[in-house]
Amino acid sequence: MIELFTEQPIISALIALGGLAAVFGAVLGFAAIKFKVEGDPLVEQIDELLPQTQCGQCGYPGCRPYAQAIVDGDPINKCPPGGHTTIAALANLLDVEAPALDEEHGEESEVKKVAYIREDECIGCTKCIQACPVDAILGAAKQMHTVIVSECTGCDLCVEPCPVDCIDMLPIETGIAGWKWDMPAPAHIIASDKIPHSADASTTKQEDAA
Amino acid sequence: MRKVWDIHGGVHPPESKTQSNHCAIASIELAEELVLPLSQHIGAPSTAVVTVGDRVLKGQLIAEAQGLISAPIHASTSGTVTAIEQRPIAHPSGMTADCIVLKPDGLEEWIEIDACNDYKALEKTEILAKIRGAGISGMGGAGFPAAVKLNPRPNQKITTLILNGTECEPYITADDMLMREHANEIIAGALLLAHLLDNPSEILVGIEDNKPEAIATMQAAAENTAVEIVVFPTKYPSGGEKQLIEIVTGKQVPSGALPASIGIVVQNVGSAFAAWRAVRFGEPLISRVTTVVGESLALQRNIEVPLGTPIQHILQQHGWQQENAARLIIGGPMMGYTVESPLVPVVKTTNCILAPSRQEVPEQPPAQPCIRCGMCAEACPASLLPQQLFWFAQSENYEKLREHDLFDCIECGACSYVCPSNIPLVQYYRASKSEIRIIDADKQKSDRARVRFEARKARIEQAEAEKEAKRVARKIAAEQAKRLADEKKALAGPQGTATTTSSELADKASTAAKPTDVDPATELAKLERALSSAQSRQERATASLTDMQREDPDNTARIESLQARLKQAQLKVNEAEQKLGSFKAAQNSVVATETIIKQKLTSSPLEQLQKSVDTIGKRLTTARQKLAEAEAAGTPTVEALRQGVAKLQQKLDTSERELVEAKAATSTASEVATEVNSDHNKTLSAADIAIEKAKAKAAAQANMSDTEKRAAQLTSLQSRLTKARERLAKAEAENNENIDAFRIGVEKLEVKLAEAKEDVKEKA
Amino acid sequence: MAFIKITSPHAHKPGNTGSVMQTVLLATLPGIAVLTAFFGPGTLVNILLTSLFCLAFEAAFLALRKKRIAFYLKDYSALVTAFLLALALPPYAPWWLIATGSLFAIVIAKQLYGGLGYNPFNPAMVGYIVLLISFPLEMSSWPAASPTLSDGAQLPGIIATLQQVFLGVPIDGYTGATPLDLLKQNQSQLISDLYANTSAFNQGRWAGAGWEWVNLAFLGGGIFLLYKKIFTWHAPIAMLASLGLLAALFYDGGSSTSSGSPLFHWLSGATMLGAFFIVTDPVTSAVSVRGRLIYGALVGALVFIIRVWGNYPDAMAFAVLLMNFAAPFIDYYTKPRTYGHKSGPKSQA
Repeated sequence: MIELFTEQPIISALIALGGLAAVFGAVLGFAAIKFKVEGDPLVEQIDELLPQTQCGQCGYPGCRPYAQAIVDGDPINKCPPGGHTTIAALANLLDVEAPALDEEHGEESEVKKVAYIREDECIGCTKCIQACPVDAILGAAKQMHTVIVSECTGCDLCVEPCPVDCIDMLPIETGIAGWKWDMPAPAHIIASDKIPHSADASTTKQEDAA
Repeated sequence: MRKVWDIHGGVHPPESKTQSNHCAIASIELAEELVLPLSQHIGAPSTAVVTVGDRVLKGQLIAEAQGLISAPIHASTSGTVTAIEQRPIAHPSGMTADCIVLKPDGLEEWIEIDACNDYKALEKTEILAKIRGAGISGMGGAGFPAAVKLNPRPNQKITTLILNGTECEPYITADDMLMREHANEIIAGALLLAHLLDNPSEILVGIEDNKPEAIATMQAAAENTAVEIVVFPTKYPSGGEKQLIEIVTGKQVPSGALPASIGIVVQNVGSAFAAWRAVRFGEPLISRVTTVVGESLALQRNIEVPLGTPIQHILQQHGWQQENAARLIIGGPMMGYTVESPLVPVVKTTNCILAPSRQEVPEQPPAQPCIRCGMCAEACPASLLPQQLFWFAQSENYEKLREHDLFDCIECGACSYVCPSNIPLVQYYRASKSEIRIIDADKQKSDRARVRFEARKARIEQAEAEKEAKRVARKIAAEQAKRLADEKKALAGPQGTATTTSSELADKASTAAKPTDVDPATELAKLERALSSAQSRQERATASLTDMQREDPDNTARIESLQARLKQAQLKVNEAEQKLGSFKAAQNSVVATETIIKQKLTSSPLEQLQKSVDTIGKRLTTARQKLAEAEAAGTPTVEALRQGVAKLQQKLDTSERELVEAKAATSTASEVATEVNSDHNKTLSAADIAIEKAKAKAAAQANMSDTEKRAAQLTSLQSRLTKARERLAKAEAENNENIDAFRIGVEKLEVKLAEAKEDVKEKA
Repeated sequence: MAFIKITSPHAHKPGNTGSVMQTVLLATLPGIAVLTAFFGPGTLVNILLTSLFCLAFEAAFLALRKKRIAFYLKDYSALVTAFLLALALPPYAPWWLIATGSLFAIVIAKQLYGGLGYNPFNPAMVGYIVLLISFPLEMSSWPAASPTLSDGAQLPGIIATLQQVFLGVPIDGYTGATPLDLLKQNQSQLISDLYANTSAFNQGRWAGAGWEWVNLAFLGGGIFLLYKKIFTWHAPIAMLASLGLLAALFYDGGSSTSSGSPLFHWLSGATMLGAFFIVTDPVTSAVSVRGRLIYGALVGALVFIIRVWGNYPDAMAFAVLLMNFAAPFIDYYTKPRTYGHKSGPKSQA
């Protein structure tokens, strides 16, 4: 047997390679079945990162459809409510460059807003209730409506349908409970090298004094 | 002598305590105005129960607690409420908050208070209510309402009560002086708290060894009681709750848990003192001992000061050279915070007012690069790696920050204190912590929004499906009716023959309806198979997860992945169940409508009407007979009978008319069916329409310059206005009750439009 | 009047990075004195030149990076790098060699990575290794220690030194094999014979004339730094312990193939300089206590391995650079247990 192999190097090489191919093929095939990933977790992961305002500004009827669209190759910069943070998180997840926000779909808002219904002007038409994607408006026909602030995502889809224009988008008040410390001014990271040299060390002081 | 443990890290900043603990606790003149913030504690702010102009007495409740974690507030002296408004308060943000402003009348007139000679005679809940009602919250700095800690969960047996007399912060001597002068009352307070906590086996008072006088008086006071004074070496931050627990018991509080979870409750000595006063004498917490210290003051000492006294007043009473002070610190130099305005008042947590001179606390030099010297890690009492945390905080790597236990940082400042590069480490951690908290809150909110959105979608889809089923049924019925009418015309025979054929037709209709769908039986079977397979997958996943947890509990990565798989499987099962449920529901509704159609067809409305005409006719005849008989006999019921006959006559007429109408209707039924069909297409939800509109708007706004955008806004406003006007006109025509609302809407839009026009003009 | 708003703590321990670095410089003085005593003024010229070059390069690059030059020069880190490089280089090295070493140390190994605190490798050691690999001849010509000089010969004067450094005029009979060279080249002699027969050893007491005193001087400097709490004892002691342990294991009583006694390894070459001035470089070493123990021990092991079985007689620089690579890895696995946690952070799994 061994002699046969030594005498026929080409055949033995072929056998060896073929055998290896068969073994690894079997292992891979087994792994593909045994460790098969259920569903499409990527869509779930992307959906996790989207802000869930369900505002439709991306052109899809909600966040999950957009997540699906991203998996199918849509650009990741169509979500104005998420803004740069969301784009960066998506880019990190998908391991791509983070593009700038596509302004075609709207601009990133500086402050978070919630809808507010001026209740004495509401005529109870229920149009806003039908428009709200997260059921955050409470009310019935001919009854005054109101917004559940904690559930409102600030998508502003309810503003347009209102026949008496009694819905405003108001910035969320932070107040003393929502106050937070700012990061100290960055002083020594390489990125700051671009800032003129007066700005690197003295800013810390100025920031603190401000 | 009790064994004391050492904590990791810690620093030894200059103690600077001698300048303020040389004389007894003094008092100062009453300020002209007292400012009492509604939030002096951790938890919900209290609500004012007085109004402007009210006269209040000393100790009177002026704001009551909101919810469990909150504390009431009492008037510090007698006087008049002059305002309830936003005032600057002692908070690192320098923001304002709601405060009750009190103008003292100088009479110091007490409200009636109820003393109690023997608290052991009271129910524990009564004592607790007294402490809660006195508004006592942690006086060491954080201000956690004391009563909450004293009421542990029933399953948590408290074995150790620790009173914190550590006062490890430099400069502060308020607790030191309190212990020297009120040792007996503190010990009494300790015993009171112990009584509330079912007499824990150990009652300890932890004091650092740099307060020999306080230790001596406390030991004297504690003699022959269950209270033990524990003395340990001075080191900052021994007074941190977790650190103190480790020093005196050797135990560590698990991360994220409360001390009560390991049977320990810690209270500040000041809180114990206040609790004793509250229970014994009924005095609410309206004053506290505060250290007034710093080189910009001529006089440095401890004072007992009414809550709400503006700091400026206190400082002025101590010869404050304002021009020599660079900053004002509430609390000590390690953890205290600066305030921008000297008008902020003293509150329940103000243990020190530090007004240092410029030389005493010089300005921080600018930060140099971190050289990873590790001095911070050596100093950290929580055994964290501050240099790594700093690195990750700078790069906003929140995941890594969590991994490195950022949330176990107690912000004691030991790392910043030793940092040779002067890096404001604590600020990095505070900023990162709040950033992470915000991210978490956003995540929670978006998760909730997702659930609500999905639920809404499912609801709409279900409604859609039901509508669809009804529509199909209606269509079939209409077709059926049409064919029936045709056949009737063709036969032109008596109605009886139509009845015989209608049941056959119904069968035909139901069979005709079926091929349009997939065979429901096979579909049902498919869904059931999907459900059962999903369920078995879930079982498998659960099994392997439990195996894994039993065999290799340390392999968190694997367990997590298994958990994820299990979750996925569960989702699948839910989905399958939902699908199956909605399919069954749809099937049921189809079946239901089918049977109704069948019934109606087998006894067609025409036949029914015919029948009712017949019966009414018969009843009419008998009624007429009875009437005739009655008239003949001359009974008094003649009148009533006559009316009955008339009514029956009327009924007969309507029935006959209905019959005629019904016959006509069958011919128009087919038309109605087509109408229904077209109606269905209009049932796109309002949300979809709004989304479409928003999409169109956004698309249009793209590639627009600023002026174009404004112009677009203008046109959209105009169109909205026209629409609103139309609506108004319609409402006026209909005399709608909401005319006024419509009118206001129009007016508002007009204003908006005018503004927008102005804006365009300005920019042009 | 509004007061400044600033985060706590408001108190600060006296001292800053600059003063830490100054203390380190101070601690090198005994070593420098002993080196000069045994090998002549070459060391001093080395230090002068590396300091000039390093500061010049540092300033130039700070200017290019638009940083405040004075602020960063005041942290003295460039000067520490200069001193360590100068002490590692052979005395009387030509000026261009010193310039090249400084260039690599300051520019390549430090500034290009972002300056102090961001360099993954010890700058002085990078400069040294680049020279060792590029110019092996110049880098291996160590002068003979004064007790081993043949009769009548003297240490070079300052003039001769400058001529050698700047003009390449050779100094007569100034090179000699170091004790580590001798041990490496030893073929057949028992250790005791080697000690008796060579002047490098028989003029000394434990580990070669001059060298043992140089090492003891650096040990003294290191103890001073420990006393000053500039660094913790963990890394240097672990390094010395592992080096001594391995040396003891392989000593075999002093046969002709013996690798030398622990005392010999402790007191020869750059052992003490490395243990107290290079292994302790905070920027490039591990951060936690356990991490520093591991880091130091592995440096010690590598030093021994390369000295005994490698191609170079000494190995401090190689060992340190190799372990610089490993430092983040060590950090990852040696996170301390946080208060209130059962085990170290999650990512260990």
